[in-house]
Amino acid sequence: MRQLIESQSDETFILNLGPQHPSTHGVLRVKLQLDGEYIVEAEPVLGYCHRMHEKMGENRTFAQFMPNCGRMDYLSALAYNHGYVCAVEKAAGIEVPERAEWLRVITVELNRISSHLLWFGAYLLDLGGFTPLLYAFDDRERLLDILDTVTGSRLTYCYFRFGGVYNDIDENFVPAVREFVARMRTRLPMYHKLVTKNIILMKRLEGIGPVSAEMVRKYGATGPVARGSGVSYDVRKNEPYSVYPEVDFDVPVYSEGDSMARYKVRMDEIEQSLRIIEQGLNRLPEGPVMAPKAPKILKPPKGDFYQAVEAARGSFGVRLVSDGTNTPYRLKLRSPSYSNLSLFGEAAQGMLIADAIALLGSLDLVIPEIDR
Amino acid sequence: MVDYFKELIGGTISLATGLWITFKYMWQPVITLQYPRQSVKMTRRHRSHIELARDSETGEVKCIVCGMCQRACPSNCITVIGEKSEGAKKKVLTKYILNYNTCSLCGMCVENCKPEAITFSDEYNMAGYRKEDFIMDLKKRFDEKNPKSAAATHNVAGGLKEDITRTSSN
Repeated sequence: MRQLIESQSDETFILNLGPQHPSTHGVLRVKLQLDGEYIVEAEPVLGYCHRMHEKMGENRTFAQFMPNCGRMDYLSALAYNHGYVCAVEKAAGIEVPERAEWLRVITVELNRISSHLLWFGAYLLDLGGFTPLLYAFDDRERLLDILDTVTGSRLTYCYFRFGGVYNDIDENFVPAVREFVARMRTRLPMYHKLVTKNIILMKRLEGIGPVSAEMVRKYGATGPVARGSGVSYDVRKNEPYSVYPEVDFDVPVYSEGDSMARYKVRMDEIEQSLRIIEQGLNRLPEGPVMAPKAPKILKPPKGDFYQAVEAARGSFGVRLVSDGTNTPYRLKLRSPSYSNLSLFGEAAQGMLIADAIALLGSLDLVIPEIDR
Repeated sequence: MVDYFKELIGGTISLATGLWITFKYMWQPVITLQYPRQSVKMTRRHRSHIELARDSETGEVKCIVCGMCQRACPSNCITVIGEKSEGAKKKVLTKYILNYNTCSLCGMCVENCKPEAITFSDEYNMAGYRKEDFIMDLKKRFDEKNPKSAAATHNVAGGLKEDITRTSSN
């Protein structure tokens, strides 16, 4: 640290952005080297929330690792559940009944909406607007109630099992989701009127924090960050899994690469998720929700397996190395926010601090997922 | 110059629209709840800490002391202690200790329980000052809730050291 300070010219100084208290959203520390209010260099410092999830996976059985998935990205826990479950099912060769697959897709998309709604509220809070947070949480609360009746928890969901889902939906689920979809359709135009077309937001986001398609490829950014920079990459389309090939939906892509583009991608994704959920409800078949021959004690054959899914923040990958026992030999988890954050250092160079906050927020980081 | 005025007018309209929306919201019903005075009813599948289920025929616990929950638990927070009294065929549950400090409420124990002897309670106001308060003996808790069965099992449980405190009731 001292060497670093000595090597700089007199005009710059170092400012620590964070870390905040662990219970606030994000324990990220960014070391900013400033020249006045302009950033000369930004260096994210990680590891404040490291809980060795990967190592934990090596020390417990396949089923016992399941609750950990929801603790990584607590905002889109079901997508993480899905990734892990799919990887293990691939390894063990378990067939999943169709009803369970559709239930998985519906709940994951509901979870994606709730994650984007929270981002929408918290991001605007970072930018200084308090009202949209309350509106977004109103909608999100209804969503959490729906998911609570199905999964039994409000945030760290653990609903999927190897070969199906934990338990079937009750008779209230379908009408409740239909009501939510109808409500959300009326709420989205309101959000656009209130926020997207607001002059203050436009001034703060348009042209701020440009991320080029080249940078996206260099750093391996995925999800809305990539799609906001004109890179049309969505795991659901490019490497389809579950029943996504049968669903009709679009991947919103904006080529501007600024914070506004990332904002618009997420808002459009809510709309697309609603479309997926509607199709899922219409096509939800009758039948079992659990594979009849799903083994209780799982011992996948020796091998190396990989499965990626589209979480709310980007591509989440699980690499599973099995040595034939009931615990994984190695469990590598590829989390999207880690790659998305790594481009921050380059993108933030020469920006004002206030604009850097707008950029950092638009990346939609979940720190426990970066540190794992 | 034209652009400047266009932006000025457009900006004013956008701000007015936003204010109009918030104004309309003011007249809509209140959706928040005054939490400590009002409380939320938990959904049917809500997963709180576990509880021993009551057998409706015998009025006793359904637990057969197989220890599946103990083995399934990812955080090793369950200890099942059973005793086999002389002449009896089956083990009888004497203590069911749940260390709620390390429990992550995943529900693996309930899923792995063959006789469906464990259920979820709907208690969520769990706060305390000492972590010893959260090492609960679910058997003792069950006996207090179902006093009829207590007399039958007390002489079995009596010999064990009473070092575990039950959670303070909320």
